[in-house]
Amino acid sequence: MSGKPYRLAQGGRLIDRSKKVSFTFDGQSMTGFAGDTVASAVLANGQRVFGRSFKYHRPRGVVGLGSEEMNALVGIGEGPRHEPNLRAPQVELHDGLIAQSQNRWPSLNFDIGALNSKLSRFIPGGFYYKTFMWPQAFWKHVYEPMIRRAAGLGKAPAGSDPDTYEHMHAHCDVLVIGAGIAGLAAAEAAQAAGARVIICDETPRFGGVADLSAGTIDGAPQLDWVHTRAKLLAEAGNVHVMTRTTAVGHWHHNHLMLFERVSDHDPEGLARGTPRHRLWKVRAKHVILATGALERPIAFANNDRPGIMLATAARGLVERHGVAPGMKGVVFTNNDDAYLTALSLKRAGVAVAGIIDVRQGTDSAAARDARNAGIEIIPGHAIAGVESGYGGLSLSGVKIAPWRKGQGRVVNESRLACDFIAMSGGFNPVVNLWCHNGGKLTFDSGLQSYRPGKHHDRIQAVGAANGTMDLAAALAEGYAAGEAAVKDGEPKAGRSKAESAPQRPLEPIWFSPATGKYNEGNKHFIDFQNDVTAADLELAQREGYESVEHTKRYTTFGMATDQGKTSNLNGLGVLAEATGKTIPEIGITTFRPPYTPFSFGSIAGSLTKNLFLPVRRTPIFRWHKAQNAVFEPVGQWRRAYTYPRAGEDKHQSINREILAVRNKVGLLDASTLGKIEIKGPDAAEFLDRVYTNMFSTLKVGRCRYGLMMNELGFLIDDGVTVRLGDDHFLMHTTSGGADRIAAWLEEWLQTEWTQYKVFVTPVTEQWAQFAIAGPKAREVLSKLGPDFDISAEGFAHMAMKQGKLGSHPVRIYRISFSGELSYEVATPANLGRGLWDAILSAGAEFGIEAYGTEALHVLRAEKGYIVIGDETDGTVTPGDVGLDGLVSKKKADFIGKRSLEQSFLRSAGRKQLVGLLTEDPKDVLPDGAYAVRAVKDKPPMEMIGQVTSTYYSPTLDHSIAMALIENGRSRMGETLSFPLDDKVVKAKITDPVFYDKEGSRQNV
Amino acid sequence: MLIVHCPVCGAEGDETDFHYGGEAHIRRPATQDPTTVSDAAQRDYLFMRRNPKGLHFERWRCDRGCGKWFHAVRDTVTMDFKATYGITELPPRELMEAASGEWAAFFKDKLDAAKPSRKGKSS
Ligand SMILES: [Zn+2]
Repeated sequence: MSGKPYRLAQGGRLIDRSKKVSFTFDGQSMTGFAGDTVASAVLANGQRVFGRSFKYHRPRGVVGLGSEEMNALVGIGEGPRHEPNLRAPQVELHDGLIAQSQNRWPSLNFDIGALNSKLSRFIPGGFYYKTFMWPQAFWKHVYEPMIRRAAGLGKAPAGSDPDTYEHMHAHCDVLVIGAGIAGLAAAEAAQAAGARVIICDETPRFGGVADLSAGTIDGAPQLDWVHTRAKLLAEAGNVHVMTRTTAVGHWHHNHLMLFERVSDHDPEGLARGTPRHRLWKVRAKHVILATGALERPIAFANNDRPGIMLATAARGLVERHGVAPGMKGVVFTNNDDAYLTALSLKRAGVAVAGIIDVRQGTDSAAARDARNAGIEIIPGHAIAGVESGYGGLSLSGVKIAPWRKGQGRVVNESRLACDFIAMSGGFNPVVNLWCHNGGKLTFDSGLQSYRPGKHHDRIQAVGAANGTMDLAAALAEGYAAGEAAVKDGEPKAGRSKAESAPQRPLEPIWFSPATGKYNEGNKHFIDFQNDVTAADLELAQREGYESVEHTKRYTTFGMATDQGKTSNLNGLGVLAEATGKTIPEIGITTFRPPYTPFSFGSIAGSLTKNLFLPVRRTPIFRWHKAQNAVFEPVGQWRRAYTYPRAGEDKHQSINREILAVRNKVGLLDASTLGKIEIKGPDAAEFLDRVYTNMFSTLKVGRCRYGLMMNELGFLIDDGVTVRLGDDHFLMHTTSGGADRIAAWLEEWLQTEWTQYKVFVTPVTEQWAQFAIAGPKAREVLSKLGPDFDISAEGFAHMAMKQGKLGSHPVRIYRISFSGELSYEVATPANLGRGLWDAILSAGAEFGIEAYGTEALHVLRAEKGYIVIGDETDGTVTPGDVGLDGLVSKKKADFIGKRSLEQSFLRSAGRKQLVGLLTEDPKDVLPDGAYAVRAVKDKPPMEMIGQVTSTYYSPTLDHSIAMALIENGRSRMGETLSFPLDDKVVKAKITDPVFYDKEGSRQNV
Repeated sequence: MLIVHCPVCGAEGDETDFHYGGEAHIRRPATQDPTTVSDAAQRDYLFMRRNPKGLHFERWRCDRGCGKWFHAVRDTVTMDFKATYGITELPPRELMEAASGEWAAFFKDKLDAAKPSRKGKSS
């Protein structure tokens, strides 16, 4: 269906006929004018079908005037700049624009998925729940591949986004959302009172639908008034004017997100580096919602055919873009507003076959104007069906029948020839933002729709958004709201006055019956985007989905990207009629943010790549980098994972580093280790409260390993704490736990043991800290020239010294996480690199090698030392990992103690830490592999535990693992089975200490 | 997103600048007397929380400011903060009186005992 000249010879106030614009739609070259939208330009080229529907793959065209568009979704741009699911009436045309239709395969006019339409009796409401559950194999091999290819809304862009995005923060006294008549009046009043005002509108220009509506302001066309106000606001110093900006969400305390499309319409600006989108986070003292109203479609048979659109959309095409929706149309309405569309069409020279009005009688100003223009009015009638050909691609006429509410069957059908329909079922105030943050709604029987009720935030709705459809009233309401939002805002004299003809009340029509049965090709669409029909909603009712929230989820009605903008009320109307209830009795589903989808880019803003997360580096970072270390993230730190040498892969370098520590000496950058100074007269007692074991008995100059639990009795951290003085301790935490544990200690001091005189000071970054580990460690230390005794007797295991290594001031702790003779040396961070280099030169003759975090982990696993977060997962007690001995029996109270006595933590059958040796020494179990009670052909198998750490140990030349296994400690020697994808690995339960059980290597 | 006000340092900011610390005025039984904490008392301390519609008494920490913990009274319907007060203090008397349900029961004996002069600071 193409080739018809739909561009009118004249008219179209937004287009500039002197500026031709070239673009492509599905690869086909087309031209339009500056000021066109993708919708108007493609329609002007005679192309009516914009896409296929989600479920039935029915051809669909433009329905809406703007953001309510649910059918004509297009993908814009190519490759990394492709953006899917944009609403064609909102997309501004520019030269070189590339538009793609969506959801059609293989082509727009021939679509394999349309077969679904023929099969629609098998795809009823709730079909996702019914059909796809069974048989299971069908889902995997038939439905899912078919759906993934044939359906889905749009496709993701290919490649990395080349454009930039920004976040902005703003505060204002008054935020006006929507720059129609009421919004402009509110902004004018607020700015006149001196308020800081932000006014935004989702379209490129101000005025809302002033150009499409009846009535005058101060005796002149509404647009004249709009222009003077827009100028006034733009020039005012206290007003920030934003176009192409959609308020997408409203949250507590008047926090709003505005999505600004900065340069989608301006590819040259984009090329110059202008951000593509901005996300504004606005905090407003007052919000004035002037978001207008959206027109409702009418549910008649096959109301989704291309060529059937909302009456305002048809009017917009003619008045704004000089595009005819077709050659000859009918207007189908239940209200006066749509009469304006008939008049617009007539004025533009488009044939109007008639106005079909469901209301009886023609006694109104609107009807008089229509009659005077020579338009036939057919009162008391409704559309019973449409005639279409070519698989629904073309429209040739409508069947109409007398309308009487509640009438089941249609008699006395007659026919009108036409190729488009402009429909209007009334208007719904746009209350989405009102509801995002808990605003209540109230049903307005005049509108047959919901309008804003109560709200606990300082937000007020005005104009059509408030259900105030009369022009003069909307204007006055806008002024009043703007004044009220400013404390001392006094009503000013000389406010503009508007006039418009009174309108006849509308008559609700939620369902227009057809001649056939519901599903015999007569679909009455309610939610076009999700393909939900009136019959689906009624079926859900019959199946017992009484709550509207359940019906919504079961049928997916209102759940598409348009969030039910056009479908919500119509669905409620159908449900009300199906149940004999009123619409307020049916209830209403919740509107959620965003009002319209907004881009991922705008959410990310500039927080991408290097700016995504700050990286913390130790004082030795540059040295690691120079050695070509492989880095791994540990919290925000980057730690050296291993240092591969030329010709080595990671496994080889890790094994080399481990053996260097076991046989010679190794050097580790342990600066990331959490360090917290704890000082004060009550420091020792405080530590007794937070650790499971006793610290008040620790002697000055000694170190002790401590376990920390939360109040539930589960392990949260561990580490060595050193007593520096009577009232002074240095606590070491895990690298990732430093901040968390400091905050944890503070919380207890501030909120529970407030009588303790203790300071907690995180000092992690103040110190560079290195481990010198291995049989030659003492010799390296000696070479560095210590000014203190380092003999085995003079500096025993778990002792601490302060002094100098040559010229380097150090604190040095004889502690070991590798099982080797080991010293941890700490020096002020700014001196760290010098000490590091000194250790390397002193150790050169002993073959010292730097080792990374992976070697560190293998070394500790060989010794059976736990790592918080590997062996523990937030549900593991000290007893579970075999460290009951570190839980004090003497202390009356410490964090977690009472919970350990709860029955469920003392019951039999808990998982306990064990070692595992695989039958095949080369077989390294995957992390997290499950042990099962019995191996079966396929899952489910009963799981009895899981691998927590697993490595290849070059020291033992054997794979080793640690695991938490049900009753593990009483199963020593048992062989367990670990079913993997392709095989079953068997492993024997052992003690978790694989190497040097006696500890003879570190006690030398 | 809520706007939170710190009564200690005076900072005002988005709730992401603060840390929500759950319900206020929970007593840790083992601190009082570690030898006689029943299973039920420990369970209540660990897990039982109020979920009122209306006034709620809760803990917040001034994360990006002074780092101090404080108490706040918030209406869970309107999201309005009615007052903030010190972490060791009781709420302003009029808010204890305005509390409903389980909170009203909790504050009853405190109201009986508290002298009006011990009021917390209202903001
Ligand atoms: Zn503070």
